[in-house]
Amino acid sequence: MKVLRILAAKSGQIVTIRPEQTIREATALLVKHNIGALVVVAEGEEKPLGIVSERDIIRQIAADEACFSDPVETIMTGHVITGTPQDDLYSVAHTMTERRFRHLPIMDEGRLVGIISIGDVLKAQRDAYRGEIDTREVQLQAGEY
Amino acid sequence: MSKPGTEENPLRVAIVGAGPTGFYSAEQLFKDRRYHVQIDMYERLPTPFGLVRYGVAPDHQKIKSVTKLFDRVAQRPEFRFFGYVEIGTDVTVDDLRRHYHQIIFTTGAQTDRNLNIPGEELKGSYAATDFVAWYNGHPDFRDCEFDLSVETASVIGVGNVAVDVVRILSRTPEELARTDIADYALEALRHSKIREVYMLGRRGPAQAAFTTPEIKELGELDDAVVWVPPEEATLDPLSEESLAESADRATARKVEVIQSYSQEIPETTKTRRIILRFLVSPVEFIGDEHGHLQQIRLVHNELYKTDAGTLRPRATDREEIIPSGIAFRSIGYTGVPIYGVPFQSSWGVILNQDGRVIDPDTQEPLTGLYTAGWIKRGASGVIGTNKPDAAETIEAMLDDLEAGRTLEPDDPSPEGAEALVAARKPTYFSYTDWQRLDEIEVKRGEEQGRPRVKFTDVHEMLEALEKEAA
Repeated sequence: MKVLRILAAKSGQIVTIRPEQTIREATALLVKHNIGALVVVAEGEEKPLGIVSERDIIRQIAADEACFSDPVETIMTGHVITGTPQDDLYSVAHTMTERRFRHLPIMDEGRLVGIISIGDVLKAQRDAYRGEIDTREVQLQAGEY
Repeated sequence: MSKPGTEENPLRVAIVGAGPTGFYSAEQLFKDRRYHVQIDMYERLPTPFGLVRYGVAPDHQKIKSVTKLFDRVAQRPEFRFFGYVEIGTDVTVDDLRRHYHQIIFTTGAQTDRNLNIPGEELKGSYAATDFVAWYNGHPDFRDCEFDLSVETASVIGVGNVAVDVVRILSRTPEELARTDIADYALEALRHSKIREVYMLGRRGPAQAAFTTPEIKELGELDDAVVWVPPEEATLDPLSEESLAESADRATARKVEVIQSYSQEIPETTKTRRIILRFLVSPVEFIGDEHGHLQQIRLVHNELYKTDAGTLRPRATDREEIIPSGIAFRSIGYTGVPIYGVPFQSSWGVILNQDGRVIDPDTQEPLTGLYTAGWIKRGASGVIGTNKPDAAETIEAMLDDLEAGRTLEPDDPSPEGAEALVAARKPTYFSYTDWQRLDEIEVKRGEEQGRPRVKFTDVHEMLEALEKEAA
C-alpha cells in the first residue's frame, strides 16, 4: 500500500503558512481546517522550510504567554522529513512511530502535493486489513483455502 | 419540499459502475434504516460485477462467490440496473443531475500504466490488463491478438495481477479447460509455445506486492517449476533489518516461500519454467528488423532507505539481457476520466476529498457528486478493501443529506429516469436480462464441466435475449 492511497482522497489540498506569519495566524488556521500541523513555505516556493504543529505552539505558550505575535519560523521544526506518493505506507508508519513525528509532507517531482498524518496512516492500514480479511473470508466460505 | 429520504420523497441515488464498489455502496445505503433510498446502477458493459467478472483469474473461481452478495442487493425492489449505458456519452452527468439527488462514481480502473522505456511499442509488448481482459472474455478485448508462438515470455511486475498472468501462461490446457476462461483464449493457449516465463521485480523479495497464497500456488502447478536465483532470493541488509524491526509475520512467510524456490531444481518431467527475478528493471525492449520484440535489457538495482523509511530501488551500472518474445507490463491499473467529472490525471483518480468530488477551481465539494473505490483512491488492494472505502463515502453522502446539501432534480421520479435511458439507449440491459444471460452461461458450462461458458460479444448477448441490435 502506498502513500498515494491516502493522498488520492485529499484532493491535493495542503494548508501552508509563510515563515513570517504569526503564531496567532497559525492557531487560527489550525482551528479553521481542524488539523494538527501546517507546512511552512516561503511565498511562491514549493520546498517546505519547516513544519509547525499544535505541539510546537503549546510548548511556546508554556514558555512565554506573550508569543502570539512572534513569527512561526521561531518555533517551527526546521529539517522536515518528506515522503513521496510511492512510499510504502507500512514503512512510513514505522518511521513516524519510531521517530515520533505525526505529520509527513509529501513531495512529487519537486512540488508539495499533500500531507499525511499518523491518523490517516492508521485508518488506511485498518481499512486494508478489514478488506483483506473480508476477501479471505469469502474465499474460505467458498472452500478455496 | 421536505428533505429526500422519506417514503413520499425517497432519496434517489445514481451509482455509475457496477463493480464491487458499486454494490458495496448500494448495500450500505440500503442498510441505513433511517432513509428510504432508491438506487439506479449504470454500467457501460451489458453485464455487471466489473473486475470480479473480467479481472479475477478464471482459475480463481471461489472469490467470485462474492457476487452472491451483490446479487442479493440487486434483487431488492428499490434497485434497478441499467447495463450497456455509458455515462458521459449515452447519458451525461448533467442528465443525471436532473433525475437524482446524489450520484456516486465507482468506475474503477480499466487501463494500464506505461513503463515509458524505448521499445515499449514493439510487437509483442502488451499490457497485462489487456491480456487479462482478453482471457476473461471482456467484449472490448475479444479481438486482441497475442502472439504465443514464442518460447520465452516476461511479465514485468510482482503484484497479484502479474502472478495471475504468469500462472495462466503456465497452466496446461487440461487445467484451463476446467475454468470459465473465454473459449477463444483456451484455444489460443492450447497452441501456446511459451515454455519459460520470467517475472521481474524492481525491488527485493521483502517488497514484492504479491500475497503468500498466490506465490505459493505457482509452485503447485501441474507442469511448471519455479526458480529464483539464490543471490536474488537472499535479503539485502536493509530489508533484513526492516523485516526484523517490524516483526511483520506475513512478509516473513512470503519471503520464506520465495526462498524455497531458490533450491536446486531436481530431475523433473515438468516442461515449463517460471523464473522469478528480483532487483531488476527493464530499461529497453529490443526488437528484430521486423519490429518484433526479441530481448529485454535489464538494469540491476540496489535498495536504499529514504528519510521517510521506504526502501527504494536505484539503478547500478550492472546490466543484463534476457530473451523475451512477448512481454506483459503489469505495474498497475489506472483510472479513466468520465466526461464532466474533475480528474486528477497524474494519479488516475477523480479529484475528491474523502469521497466528495471537488471542484478544481474552488477546491470546494461539488454538490451531489461522490466517488468510491479505485477511481477514488487509486488501484490497489483486494476486492474487500472497497467495502470500508465505500463506507467512508456513504458517510459523507448521508452527512450531506442531513445538512440539506443534495442536488435538486427537476424530475426525481423513477419513471423519468427510465424514460431517459430508454430514449438514449433502447438496447439497455436490465438485471433480469443479466440473470437470463447468467443462466445460459452456467448451463453451457455444465455441459462442458466448467463453471460457465461466457458470452464475449454484445451481439451474441442481444440475440440470446432476442433483442434487436440498434
